Amino acid sequence: MIFKGKVHKYGDNVNTDEIIPARYLNTSDEAELAAHCMEDIDIDFPKNVQPGDIIVAGENFGCGSSREHAPLAIKASNVSCVIAQSFARIFFRNCINMGLPILESNFYQEIKSGDEIKIDLDTGIITRLRDNKKFKTEKFPEFMQNIINAGGLMSYVKNKI
Amino acid sequence: MGMTITEKILAKHANLDSVKAGQFIEANVDIALGNDITAPLAIKEFKKLGIKKVFDKNKVSLIPDHFTPNKDIKSAEQSKILREFAKDQDLTHYYDQADVGVEHVLLPEKGIVVPGDLVIGADSHTCTYGALGAFSTGVGSTDLATTMAIGKVWLKVPETIKFVITGKLPQGVYGKDIILHIIGIIGVGGALYRAMEFTGDTIENLNMADRMTICNMAIEAGGKSGIITPDAITEEYVKSRAQRPYEFFASDPDAKYLEVIHIDTTKLEPKIAFPHLPSNIKNISEAKNIKIDQVVIGSCTNGRIEDLRIAANILKGKTVNENTRLLIIPTTPLIYKQAMEEGLFSIFLDAKATISPPTCGPCLGGHMGVLAKGEKALTTTNRNFVGRMGHPESEVYLCSPAVAAASAIKGEIVAP
Repeated sequence: MIFKGKVHKYGDNVNTDEIIPARYLNTSDEAELAAHCMEDIDIDFPKNVQPGDIIVAGENFGCGSSREHAPLAIKASNVSCVIAQSFARIFFRNCINMGLPILESNFYQEIKSGDEIKIDLDTGIITRLRDNKKFKTEKFPEFMQNIINAGGLMSYVKNKI
Repeated sequence: MGMTITEKILAKHANLDSVKAGQFIEANVDIALGNDITAPLAIKEFKKLGIKKVFDKNKVSLIPDHFTPNKDIKSAEQSKILREFAKDQDLTHYYDQADVGVEHVLLPEKGIVVPGDLVIGADSHTCTYGALGAFSTGVGSTDLATTMAIGKVWLKVPETIKFVITGKLPQGVYGKDIILHIIGIIGVGGALYRAMEFTGDTIENLNMADRMTICNMAIEAGGKSGIITPDAITEEYVKSRAQRPYEFFASDPDAKYLEVIHIDTTKLEPKIAFPHLPSNIKNISEAKNIKIDQVVIGSCTNGRIEDLRIAANILKGKTVNENTRLLIIPTTPLIYKQAMEEGLFSIFLDAKATISPPTCGPCLGGHMGVLAKGEKALTTTNRNFVGRMGHPESEVYLCSPAVAAASAIKGEIVAP
Protein backbone atom coordinates (compact mmCIF):
# COMPACT_ATOMS: atom_id res chain seq x y z
CA MET A 1 0.00 0.00 0.00
CA ILE A 2 1.33 3.43 -0.93
CA PHE A 3 0.40 6.78 0.64
CA LYS A 4 1.37 10.21 -0.59
CA GLY A 5 0.61 13.41 1.26
CA LYS A 6 1.60 16.61 2.94
CA VAL A 7 3.26 16.49 6.35
CA HIS A 8 1.79 18.04 9.50
CA LYS A 9 4.68 17.99 11.95
CA TYR A 10 4.48 18.06 15.77
CA GLY A 11 6.93 17.63 18.64
CA ASP A 12 7.40 15.07 21.44
CA ASN A 13 4.71 13.77 23.82
CA VAL A 14 1.68 14.82 21.78
CA ASN A 15 -1.03 13.51 24.11
CA THR A 16 -4.55 12.26 23.63
CA ASP A 17 -5.99 15.40 25.27
CA GLU A 18 -4.38 17.37 22.46
CA ILE A 19 -5.39 14.93 19.73
CA ILE A 20 -9.02 15.07 20.88
CA PRO A 21 -9.86 17.09 24.00
CA ALA A 22 -12.09 15.34 26.55
CA ARG A 23 -14.73 18.06 26.19
CA TYR A 24 -15.67 16.42 22.89
CA LEU A 25 -15.79 12.86 24.23
CA ASN A 26 -19.51 12.95 24.88
CA THR A 27 -19.82 11.54 21.39
CA SER A 28 -18.16 8.86 19.29
CA ASP A 29 -19.39 10.38 16.03
CA GLU A 30 -16.37 10.29 13.72
CA ALA A 31 -17.07 13.48 11.78
CA GLU A 32 -17.62 15.42 14.98
CA LEU A 33 -14.38 14.11 16.46
CA ALA A 34 -12.49 14.99 13.28
CA ALA A 35 -13.83 18.55 13.45
CA HIS A 36 -11.84 19.06 16.68
CA CYS A 37 -8.79 16.89 15.98
CA MET A 38 -5.52 18.47 17.24
CA GLU A 39 -7.24 21.81 17.86
CA ASP A 40 -5.62 22.60 21.22
CA ILE A 41 -2.12 22.54 19.71
CA ASP A 42 -2.99 23.37 16.10
CA ILE A 43 -6.28 25.21 15.81
CA ASP A 44 -6.12 25.16 11.99
CA PHE A 45 -5.55 21.41 11.62
CA PRO A 46 -9.20 20.43 11.01
CA LYS A 47 -9.42 23.16 8.37
CA ASN A 48 -6.05 22.51 6.70
CA VAL A 49 -5.84 18.74 6.66
CA GLN A 50 -6.37 17.18 3.24
CA PRO A 51 -7.23 13.54 2.47
CA GLY A 52 -4.03 11.48 2.48
CA ASP A 53 -2.02 13.90 4.62
CA ILE A 54 0.50 12.48 7.03
CA ILE A 55 1.18 13.33 10.68
CA VAL A 56 4.85 13.26 11.66
CA ALA A 57 5.79 13.52 15.33
CA GLY A 58 8.58 12.99 17.82
CA GLU A 59 8.73 10.65 20.81
CA ASN A 60 5.79 9.14 22.69
CA PHE A 61 3.01 10.21 20.30
CA GLY A 62 -0.47 9.56 21.72
CA CYS A 63 0.49 9.43 25.39
CA GLY A 64 -2.18 9.77 28.05
CA SER A 65 -5.65 8.35 27.89
CA SER A 66 -6.82 5.08 26.32
CA ARG A 67 -9.52 6.87 24.33
CA GLU A 68 -9.82 5.24 20.92
CA HIS A 69 -11.45 8.51 19.92
CA ALA A 70 -7.89 9.80 19.39
CA PRO A 71 -6.87 7.49 16.52
CA LEU A 72 -10.51 7.62 15.37
CA ALA A 73 -10.37 11.44 15.11
CA ILE A 74 -7.13 11.18 13.11
CA LYS A 75 -8.53 8.48 10.84
CA ALA A 76 -11.75 10.43 10.31
CA SER A 77 -9.64 13.46 9.35
CA ASN A 78 -8.56 11.28 6.41
CA VAL A 79 -4.95 11.23 7.57
CA SER A 80 -3.37 8.29 5.77
CA CYS A 81 -0.59 7.47 8.19
CA VAL A 82 1.09 8.63 11.40
CA ILE A 83 4.87 8.44 11.63
CA ALA A 84 6.55 9.05 14.99
CA GLN A 85 9.90 8.38 16.60
CA SER A 86 7.93 6.35 19.15
CA PHE A 87 4.31 5.83 20.15
CA ALA A 88 2.65 5.59 23.54
CA ARG A 89 1.63 2.01 24.16
CA ILE A 90 -2.17 2.16 24.26
CA PHE A 91 -2.31 4.52 21.27
CA PHE A 92 -0.02 2.17 19.31
CA ARG A 93 -2.24 -0.77 20.19
CA ASN A 94 -5.41 1.08 19.28
CA CYS A 95 -3.98 1.96 15.84
CA ILE A 96 -3.01 -1.66 15.14
CA ASN A 97 -6.43 -2.83 16.33
CA MET A 98 -8.48 -0.34 14.33
CA GLY A 99 -6.30 -0.30 11.24
CA LEU A 100 -4.85 3.22 11.25
CA PRO A 101 -1.44 2.82 9.58
CA ILE A 102 1.45 3.91 11.79
CA LEU A 103 5.21 3.70 11.44
CA GLU A 104 8.12 4.24 13.79
CA SER A 105 10.98 6.10 12.18
CA ASN A 106 13.91 8.29 13.10
CA PHE A 107 13.76 10.56 10.07
CA TYR A 108 12.05 13.25 12.17
CA GLN A 109 14.82 15.86 11.75
CA GLU A 110 14.80 15.43 7.98
CA ILE A 111 11.19 16.42 7.43
CA LYS A 112 9.53 19.82 7.61
CA SER A 113 5.86 20.66 7.99
CA GLY A 114 4.43 21.02 4.51
CA ASP A 115 6.90 18.56 2.91
CA GLU A 116 5.35 16.02 0.62
CA ILE A 117 6.31 12.43 1.33
CA LYS A 118 5.51 9.01 -0.07
CA ILE A 119 5.18 5.95 2.15
CA ASP A 120 5.40 2.40 0.86
CA LEU A 121 3.92 0.31 3.68
CA ASP A 122 5.05 -2.98 2.14
CA THR A 123 8.72 -2.08 1.96
CA GLY A 124 8.71 0.37 4.89
CA ILE A 125 10.42 2.98 2.71
CA ILE A 126 9.56 6.66 3.07
CA THR A 127 10.51 9.04 0.26
CA ARG A 128 10.92 12.79 0.67
CA LEU A 129 9.55 13.98 -2.66
CA ARG A 130 11.40 17.31 -2.90
CA ASP A 131 14.71 15.49 -3.45
CA ASN A 132 13.69 11.81 -3.57
CA LYS A 133 15.71 11.02 -0.44
CA LYS A 134 14.65 7.68 1.05
CA PHE A 135 14.34 6.58 4.69
CA LYS A 136 13.85 3.04 5.95
CA THR A 137 11.51 2.06 8.78
CA GLU A 138 11.35 -1.10 10.88
CA LYS A 139 8.81 -3.80 10.07
CA PHE A 140 6.20 -4.82 12.63
CA PRO A 141 6.60 -8.16 14.46
CA GLU A 142 4.79 -11.00 12.69
CA PHE A 143 2.02 -11.25 15.30
CA MET A 144 1.03 -7.61 14.81
CA GLN A 145 1.42 -7.87 11.04
CA ASN A 146 -1.16 -10.69 11.10
CA ILE A 147 -3.66 -8.38 12.82
CA ILE A 148 -2.89 -5.60 10.37
CA ASN A 149 -3.22 -7.98 7.41
CA ALA A 150 -6.57 -9.23 8.73
CA GLY A 151 -7.77 -5.61 8.59
CA GLY A 152 -7.66 -4.95 12.32
CA LEU A 153 -8.48 -6.82 15.50
CA MET A 154 -12.21 -7.14 14.83
CA SER A 155 -11.67 -9.08 11.61
CA TYR A 156 -8.80 -11.03 13.21
CA VAL A 157 -11.07 -12.16 16.05
CA LYS A 158 -14.06 -12.72 13.76
CA ASN A 159 -11.97 -15.19 11.79
CA LYS A 160 -11.33 -17.11 14.99
CA ILE A 161 -14.89 -17.26 16.32
CA MET B 1 15.98 -18.30 34.51
CA GLY B 2 13.51 -16.96 37.06
CA MET B 3 10.46 -14.87 36.23
CA THR B 4 9.18 -11.53 37.44
CA ILE B 5 5.79 -11.29 39.14
CA THR B 6 4.42 -9.86 35.89
CA GLU B 7 5.77 -12.75 33.80
CA LYS B 8 4.33 -15.28 36.27
CA ILE B 9 0.83 -13.78 36.15
CA LEU B 10 0.94 -13.56 32.35
CA ALA B 11 2.22 -17.15 32.01
CA LYS B 12 -0.57 -18.46 34.20
CA HIS B 13 -3.22 -16.63 32.19
CA ALA B 14 -1.76 -17.87 28.90
CA ASN B 15 -1.70 -21.46 30.23
CA LEU B 16 2.07 -21.58 29.80
CA ASP B 17 4.78 -22.75 32.21
CA SER B 18 6.84 -19.69 31.51
CA VAL B 19 6.96 -16.58 29.34
CA LYS B 20 9.70 -14.10 28.64
CA ALA B 21 9.83 -10.44 27.71
CA GLY B 22 9.04 -9.77 24.07
CA GLN B 23 6.86 -12.85 23.64
CA PHE B 24 3.35 -12.41 22.20
CA ILE B 25 0.64 -14.24 24.12
CA GLU B 26 -3.11 -14.57 24.11
CA ALA B 27 -4.16 -14.40 27.73
CA ASN B 28 -7.37 -15.17 29.60
CA VAL B 29 -8.90 -12.09 31.16
CA ASP B 30 -10.39 -12.08 34.68
CA ILE B 31 -12.04 -8.67 34.44
CA ALA B 32 -12.66 -6.48 31.37
CA LEU B 33 -13.66 -2.93 32.20
CA GLY B 34 -15.19 -0.02 30.33
CA ASN B 35 -16.62 3.39 31.19
CA ASP B 36 -19.13 5.82 29.70
CA ILE B 37 -16.55 7.23 27.27
CA THR B 38 -14.91 4.04 26.04
CA ALA B 39 -17.65 1.40 26.37
CA PRO B 40 -20.14 2.87 23.86
CA LEU B 41 -17.56 2.38 21.08
CA ALA B 42 -16.76 -1.10 22.39
CA ILE B 43 -20.45 -2.06 22.51
CA LYS B 44 -20.90 -0.83 18.94
CA GLU B 45 -17.97 -3.00 17.80
CA PHE B 46 -19.09 -5.98 19.93
CA LYS B 47 -22.46 -5.99 18.20
CA LYS B 48 -20.72 -6.20 14.81
CA LEU B 49 -19.22 -9.55 15.81
CA GLY B 50 -22.67 -11.11 15.76
CA ILE B 51 -22.29 -12.69 19.20
CA LYS B 52 -25.29 -12.60 21.49
CA LYS B 53 -23.69 -12.79 24.93
CA VAL B 54 -20.45 -11.60 26.52
CA PHE B 55 -17.99 -14.38 27.38
CA ASP B 56 -18.84 -14.23 31.10
CA LYS B 57 -21.34 -11.86 32.69
CA ASN B 58 -19.34 -11.89 35.93
CA LYS B 59 -16.15 -10.77 34.21
CA VAL B 60 -17.28 -7.72 32.27
CA SER B 61 -17.67 -4.57 34.33
CA LEU B 62 -19.16 -1.34 33.02
CA ILE B 63 -18.90 1.78 35.13
CA PRO B 64 -20.29 5.10 33.88
CA ASP B 65 -18.10 7.40 35.97
CA HIS B 66 -16.61 10.02 33.65
CA PHE B 67 -19.43 12.34 32.65
CA THR B 68 -21.92 11.24 35.31
CA PRO B 69 -24.20 12.49 36.75
CA ASN B 70 -24.68 13.18 33.03
CA LYS B 71 -23.38 16.58 32.06
CA ASP B 72 -25.42 17.00 28.89
CA ILE B 73 -27.74 15.21 26.49
CA LYS B 74 -24.94 13.59 24.52
CA SER B 75 -23.29 12.07 27.57
CA ALA B 76 -26.70 10.92 28.81
CA GLU B 77 -27.08 9.06 25.52
CA GLN B 78 -23.68 7.44 26.04
CA SER B 79 -24.64 6.29 29.55
CA LYS B 80 -27.91 4.97 28.19
CA ILE B 81 -25.99 2.69 25.81
CA LEU B 82 -24.15 1.19 28.81
CA ARG B 83 -27.31 0.86 30.88
CA GLU B 84 -29.22 -0.97 28.15
CA PHE B 85 -26.30 -3.22 27.28
CA ALA B 86 -25.66 -4.08 30.94
CA LYS B 87 -29.32 -4.95 31.43
CA ASP B 88 -29.50 -6.95 28.23
CA GLN B 89 -26.35 -8.88 29.16
CA ASP B 90 -27.33 -9.12 32.83
CA LEU B 91 -23.86 -7.93 33.86
CA THR B 92 -23.07 -8.59 37.52
CA HIS B 93 -20.66 -5.68 37.87
CA TYR B 94 -22.51 -2.76 36.37
CA TYR B 95 -22.79 0.23 38.70
CA ASP B 96 -25.07 3.14 38.07
CA GLN B 97 -26.78 6.01 39.87
CA ALA B 98 -26.23 5.81 43.64
CA ASP B 99 -23.95 2.76 43.25
CA VAL B 100 -21.46 4.35 40.88
CA GLY B 101 -17.95 5.26 41.94
CA VAL B 102 -14.72 6.07 40.17
CA GLU B 103 -13.91 2.76 38.49
CA HIS B 104 -10.36 2.21 39.75
CA VAL B 105 -11.37 2.94 43.33
CA LEU B 106 -14.62 0.98 43.15
CA LEU B 107 -13.32 -2.33 41.73
CA PRO B 108 -10.67 -2.97 44.44
CA GLU B 109 -13.01 -1.65 47.16
CA LYS B 110 -15.67 -4.17 46.20
CA GLY B 111 -13.17 -7.01 45.80
CA ILE B 112 -14.05 -7.42 42.13
CA VAL B 113 -10.36 -7.26 41.22
CA VAL B 114 -8.14 -9.52 43.36
CA PRO B 115 -4.43 -10.37 43.60
CA GLY B 116 -3.10 -12.51 40.76
CA ASP B 117 -5.76 -11.30 38.31
CA LEU B 118 -5.24 -10.26 34.72
CA VAL B 119 -7.36 -7.18 34.12
CA ILE B 120 -7.79 -5.08 31.01
CA GLY B 121 -9.70 -1.84 31.04
CA ALA B 122 -10.62 0.65 28.37
CA ASP B 123 -9.21 3.36 30.57
CA SER B 124 -5.53 4.16 30.85
CA HIS B 125 -5.50 4.17 34.67
CA THR B 126 -6.45 0.49 34.75
CA CYS B 127 -2.82 -0.02 35.83
CA THR B 128 -3.98 0.91 39.37
CA TYR B 129 -4.71 -2.74 40.28
CA GLY B 130 -1.02 -3.58 40.24
CA ALA B 131 -1.17 -2.37 43.83
CA LEU B 132 -3.05 -5.59 44.66
CA GLY B 133 -0.46 -7.74 42.92
CA ALA B 134 -2.54 -8.10 39.76
CA PHE B 135 -1.44 -7.51 36.17
CA SER B 136 -3.65 -4.76 34.83
CA THR B 137 -3.32 -2.52 31.83
CA GLY B 138 -5.21 0.02 29.79
CA VAL B 139 -6.46 -0.81 26.31
CA GLY B 140 -8.80 0.78 23.79
CA SER B 141 -12.42 0.16 22.91
CA THR B 142 -11.71 -2.40 20.18
CA ASP B 143 -9.71 -4.50 22.64
CA LEU B 144 -12.58 -4.26 25.09
CA ALA B 145 -15.04 -5.33 22.38
CA THR B 146 -13.10 -8.43 21.41
CA THR B 147 -12.34 -9.33 25.03
CA MET B 148 -16.03 -9.08 25.90
CA ALA B 149 -16.59 -11.58 23.09
CA ILE B 150 -13.85 -14.16 23.63
CA GLY B 151 -12.45 -13.44 27.10
CA LYS B 152 -8.92 -13.22 25.74
CA VAL B 153 -6.54 -10.40 24.89
CA TRP B 154 -3.31 -10.31 22.91
CA LEU B 155 -0.36 -8.99 24.86
CA LYS B 156 3.35 -8.61 24.39
CA VAL B 157 5.12 -9.66 27.58
CA PRO B 158 6.75 -6.45 28.79
CA GLU B 159 10.26 -6.00 30.06
CA THR B 160 10.31 -4.83 33.68
CA ILE B 161 12.01 -1.88 35.30
CA LYS B 162 12.48 -2.52 39.02
CA PHE B 163 12.36 0.39 41.44
CA VAL B 164 13.96 -0.22 44.82
CA ILE B 165 12.55 2.46 47.09
CA THR B 166 14.05 2.66 50.54
CA GLY B 167 14.01 4.95 53.56
CA LYS B 168 11.47 6.45 55.91
CA LEU B 169 9.15 9.02 54.35
CA PRO B 170 9.56 12.50 55.84
CA GLN B 171 6.52 14.16 57.46
CA GLY B 172 4.07 15.41 54.82
CA VAL B 173 5.43 13.18 52.06
CA TYR B 174 3.21 10.47 50.57
CA GLY B 175 2.88 7.87 47.83
CA LYS B 176 1.94 10.62 45.38
CA ASP B 177 5.25 12.37 45.96
CA ILE B 178 7.13 9.10 45.33
CA ILE B 179 5.46 8.47 41.98
CA LEU B 180 5.78 12.11 40.88
CA HIS B 181 9.48 11.91 41.79
CA ILE B 182 9.88 8.74 39.70
CA ILE B 183 8.08 10.25 36.69
CA GLY B 184 10.31 13.30 37.06
CA ILE B 185 13.41 11.09 36.91
CA ILE B 186 12.48 8.82 34.01
CA GLY B 187 10.11 11.09 32.04
CA VAL B 188 6.68 10.57 30.48
CA GLY B 189 8.12 8.00 28.10
CA GLY B 190 10.63 6.55 30.53
CA ALA B 191 8.79 3.27 31.02
CA LEU B 192 7.24 3.03 27.55
CA TYR B 193 5.90 -0.52 26.92
CA ARG B 194 7.45 -1.65 30.24
CA ALA B 195 6.15 -3.01 33.53
CA MET B 196 7.17 -0.95 36.57
CA GLU B 197 7.77 -3.09 39.65
CA PHE B 198 7.86 -1.08 42.87
CA THR B 199 9.82 -2.71 45.70
CA GLY B 200 11.78 -1.75 48.81
CA ASP B 201 11.00 -1.07 52.47
CA THR B 202 9.27 2.24 51.76
CA ILE B 203 6.73 0.47 49.56
CA GLU B 204 6.37 -2.39 52.05
CA ASN B 205 5.36 0.12 54.72
CA LEU B 206 2.78 1.95 52.59
CA ASN B 207 -0.95 1.45 53.01
CA MET B 208 -3.05 0.24 50.08
CA ALA B 209 -4.26 3.76 49.24
CA ASP B 210 -0.71 4.99 48.66
CA ARG B 211 0.21 1.83 46.77
CA MET B 212 -2.76 2.38 44.46
CA THR B 213 -1.74 6.00 43.90
CA ILE B 214 1.73 4.85 42.83
CA CYS B 215 0.57 2.10 40.46
CA ASN B 216 -2.18 4.38 39.12
CA MET B 217 0.37 6.77 37.65
CA ALA B 218 2.60 4.15 35.98
CA ILE B 219 0.89 5.18 32.74
CA GLU B 220 2.16 8.74 33.23
CA ALA B 221 5.67 7.34 32.73
CA GLY B 222 4.42 5.46 29.67
CA GLY B 223 4.31 2.17 31.60
CA LYS B 224 2.20 -0.76 30.49
CA SER B 225 1.60 -1.67 34.11
CA GLY B 226 2.74 -0.97 37.64
CA ILE B 227 2.95 -3.73 40.21
CA ILE B 228 3.69 -4.29 43.89
CA THR B 229 4.29 -7.73 45.42
CA PRO B 230 1.30 -8.57 47.64
CA ASP B 231 2.02 -8.99 51.35
CA ALA B 232 0.31 -8.91 54.76
CA ILE B 233 -1.02 -5.38 54.10
CA THR B 234 -2.55 -6.60 50.82
CA GLU B 235 -3.98 -9.65 52.57
CA GLU B 236 -5.58 -7.46 55.24
CA TYR B 237 -7.17 -5.30 52.52
CA VAL B 238 -8.50 -8.09 50.30
CA LYS B 239 -9.52 -10.79 52.76
CA SER B 240 -12.83 -9.20 53.69
CA ARG B 241 -13.54 -7.91 50.18
CA ALA B 242 -12.49 -10.55 47.65
CA GLN B 243 -15.41 -11.93 45.66
CA ARG B 244 -13.23 -14.69 44.18
CA PRO B 245 -10.26 -16.80 45.32
CA TYR B 246 -6.99 -14.96 44.87
CA GLU B 247 -3.35 -15.87 44.47
CA PHE B 248 -0.19 -14.07 45.56
CA PHE B 249 2.69 -14.04 43.09
CA ALA B 250 6.23 -12.77 43.66
CA SER B 251 9.28 -12.29 41.48
CA ASP B 252 12.03 -14.91 41.59
CA PRO B 253 15.37 -13.76 43.00
CA ASP B 254 16.99 -14.41 39.61
CA ALA B 255 14.25 -12.71 37.58
CA LYS B 256 15.54 -10.61 34.70
CA TYR B 257 15.08 -6.83 34.81
CA LEU B 258 15.77 -4.34 32.07
CA GLU B 259 16.96 -1.86 34.66
CA VAL B 260 17.03 -1.40 38.43
CA ILE B 261 16.57 2.11 39.80
CA HIS B 262 17.30 2.90 43.46
CA ILE B 263 15.50 5.72 45.24
CA ASP B 264 16.17 6.94 48.77
CA THR B 265 13.14 8.71 50.23
CA THR B 266 14.65 10.00 53.47
CA LYS B 267 15.10 13.52 52.11
CA LEU B 268 12.19 13.55 49.68
CA GLU B 269 10.21 16.81 49.58
CA PRO B 270 6.58 17.13 48.50
CA LYS B 271 6.57 17.27 44.70
CA ILE B 272 4.63 19.37 42.25
CA ALA B 273 4.16 18.55 38.55
CA PHE B 274 4.20 21.90 36.76
CA PRO B 275 2.29 22.47 33.51
CA HIS B 276 2.09 20.82 30.99
CA LEU B 277 3.60 17.39 31.60
CA PRO B 278 3.45 15.03 34.61
CA SER B 279 7.24 14.73 34.30
CA ASN B 280 7.78 18.46 34.83
CA ILE B 281 8.49 17.86 38.53
CA LYS B 282 9.78 20.42 41.00
CA ASN B 283 10.23 20.37 44.76
CA ILE B 284 7.57 22.33 46.59
CA SER B 285 10.25 24.72 47.82
CA GLU B 286 10.68 25.82 44.19
CA ALA B 287 6.98 26.66 43.79
CA LYS B 288 6.94 30.31 44.80
CA ASN B 289 4.05 32.80 44.52
CA ILE B 290 1.84 30.54 42.41
CA LYS B 291 -1.70 31.71 43.08
CA ILE B 292 -4.34 29.04 42.61
CA ASP B 293 -7.92 29.56 41.39
CA GLN B 294 -9.14 26.03 42.00
CA VAL B 295 -8.01 23.07 44.09
CA VAL B 296 -9.36 19.57 43.41
CA ILE B 297 -9.01 16.66 45.83
CA GLY B 298 -10.31 13.48 44.24
CA SER B 299 -9.86 11.10 41.27
CA CYS B 300 -8.70 7.49 40.86
CA THR B 301 -5.27 8.74 41.89
CA ASN B 302 -6.08 10.41 45.22
CA GLY B 303 -9.77 10.33 46.09
CA ARG B 304 -9.78 7.55 48.69
CA ILE B 305 -10.86 7.87 52.31
CA GLU B 306 -7.21 8.03 53.45
CA ASP B 307 -6.70 11.03 51.13
CA LEU B 308 -9.80 12.77 52.46
CA ARG B 309 -8.67 12.20 56.06
CA ILE B 310 -5.30 13.81 55.31
CA ALA B 311 -7.07 16.79 53.75
CA ALA B 312 -9.53 17.10 56.63
CA ASN B 313 -6.74 17.01 59.17
CA ILE B 314 -5.20 20.07 57.52
CA LEU B 315 -8.47 21.89 56.81
CA LYS B 316 -9.92 21.44 60.32
CA GLY B 317 -10.82 24.83 61.75
CA LYS B 318 -9.42 26.66 58.69
CA THR B 319 -11.07 28.40 55.78
CA VAL B 320 -10.28 28.18 52.08
CA ASN B 321 -8.74 31.38 50.68
CA GLU B 322 -11.36 33.79 49.35
CA ASN B 323 -9.78 33.75 45.88
CA THR B 324 -9.67 29.96 45.65
CA ARG B 325 -12.33 27.31 45.10
CA LEU B 326 -11.83 23.94 46.79
CA LEU B 327 -13.60 20.96 45.30
CA ILE B 328 -13.59 17.63 47.12
CA ILE B 329 -14.69 14.43 45.38
CA PRO B 330 -15.16 11.30 47.49
CA THR B 331 -14.77 8.67 44.78
CA THR B 332 -17.22 5.95 45.80
CA PRO B 333 -20.53 5.82 47.67
CA LEU B 334 -18.79 3.95 50.52
CA ILE B 335 -16.07 6.59 50.82
CA TYR B 336 -18.75 9.29 50.65
CA LYS B 337 -20.63 7.69 53.54
CA GLN B 338 -17.46 7.07 55.54
CA ALA B 339 -16.37 10.69 55.11
CA MET B 340 -19.78 11.87 56.21
CA GLU B 341 -19.94 9.59 59.24
CA GLU B 342 -16.40 10.40 60.32
CA GLY B 343 -17.31 14.09 60.38
CA LEU B 344 -15.06 15.02 57.44
CA PHE B 345 -17.95 16.65 55.59
CA SER B 346 -18.50 19.12 58.45
CA ILE B 347 -14.82 20.04 58.34
CA PHE B 348 -14.93 20.49 54.55
CA LEU B 349 -18.14 22.51 54.59
CA ASP B 350 -16.97 24.70 57.46
CA ALA B 351 -13.77 25.33 55.50
CA LYS B 352 -15.91 26.47 52.53
CA ALA B 353 -15.15 23.51 50.30
CA THR B 354 -17.62 22.12 47.77
CA ILE B 355 -18.34 18.39 48.02
CA SER B 356 -19.04 16.65 44.72
CA PRO B 357 -20.76 13.31 44.14
CA PRO B 358 -18.39 10.54 42.94
CA THR B 359 -17.26 11.31 39.38
CA CYS B 360 -14.11 11.67 37.28
CA GLY B 361 -15.63 15.03 36.24
CA PRO B 362 -13.04 17.79 36.41
CA CYS B 363 -9.94 15.55 36.16
CA LEU B 364 -10.38 15.40 32.41
CA GLY B 365 -12.11 18.76 32.02
CA GLY B 366 -15.43 17.00 31.66
CA HIS B 367 -17.70 18.79 34.07
CA MET B 368 -18.17 19.64 37.77
CA GLY B 369 -15.29 22.11 37.94
CA VAL B 370 -13.93 23.08 34.51
CA LEU B 371 -11.30 25.86 34.28
CA ALA B 372 -11.70 29.23 32.54
CA LYS B 373 -9.06 30.85 30.33
CA GLY B 374 -5.93 31.76 32.29
CA GLU B 375 -6.98 29.95 35.47
CA LYS B 376 -4.61 27.80 37.50
CA ALA B 377 -5.63 24.58 39.24
CA LEU B 378 -3.75 22.58 41.85
CA THR B 379 -5.04 19.04 41.89
CA THR B 380 -4.49 15.55 43.27
CA THR B 381 -5.35 14.06 39.87
CA ASN B 382 -2.93 12.55 37.36
CA ARG B 383 -2.51 14.67 34.22
CA ASN B 384 -1.66 18.29 33.52
CA PHE B 385 -1.60 18.32 29.74
CA VAL B 386 -2.63 21.42 27.79
CA GLY B 387 -6.38 21.92 28.26
CA ARG B 388 -6.72 18.87 30.49
CA MET B 389 -9.10 20.49 32.97
CA GLY B 390 -10.74 23.05 30.76
CA HIS B 391 -9.66 25.99 28.62
CA PRO B 392 -6.53 25.33 26.51
CA GLU B 393 -4.96 28.38 28.17
CA SER B 394 -5.57 27.19 31.73
CA GLU B 395 -2.82 25.53 33.79
CA VAL B 396 -2.80 22.40 35.95
CA TYR B 397 -0.36 21.58 38.76
CA LEU B 398 -0.36 18.07 40.29
CA CYS B 399 0.30 17.30 43.96
CA SER B 400 -0.63 15.18 46.99
CA PRO B 401 -3.84 15.70 49.01
CA ALA B 402 -1.80 17.29 51.83
CA VAL B 403 -0.28 19.93 49.56
CA ALA B 404 -3.68 20.51 47.94
CA ALA B 405 -5.41 21.12 51.28
CA ALA B 406 -2.69 23.40 52.67
CA SER B 407 -2.54 25.37 49.42
CA ALA B 408 -6.33 25.83 49.32
CA ILE B 409 -6.13 27.62 52.67
CA LYS B 410 -3.26 29.83 51.57
CA GLY B 411 -4.57 30.45 48.04
CA GLU B 412 -1.17 29.60 46.60
CA ILE B 413 1.05 26.52 46.43
CA VAL B 414 2.57 25.86 49.87
CA ALA B 415 4.00 22.92 51.77
CA PRO B 416 1.60 21.12 54.14
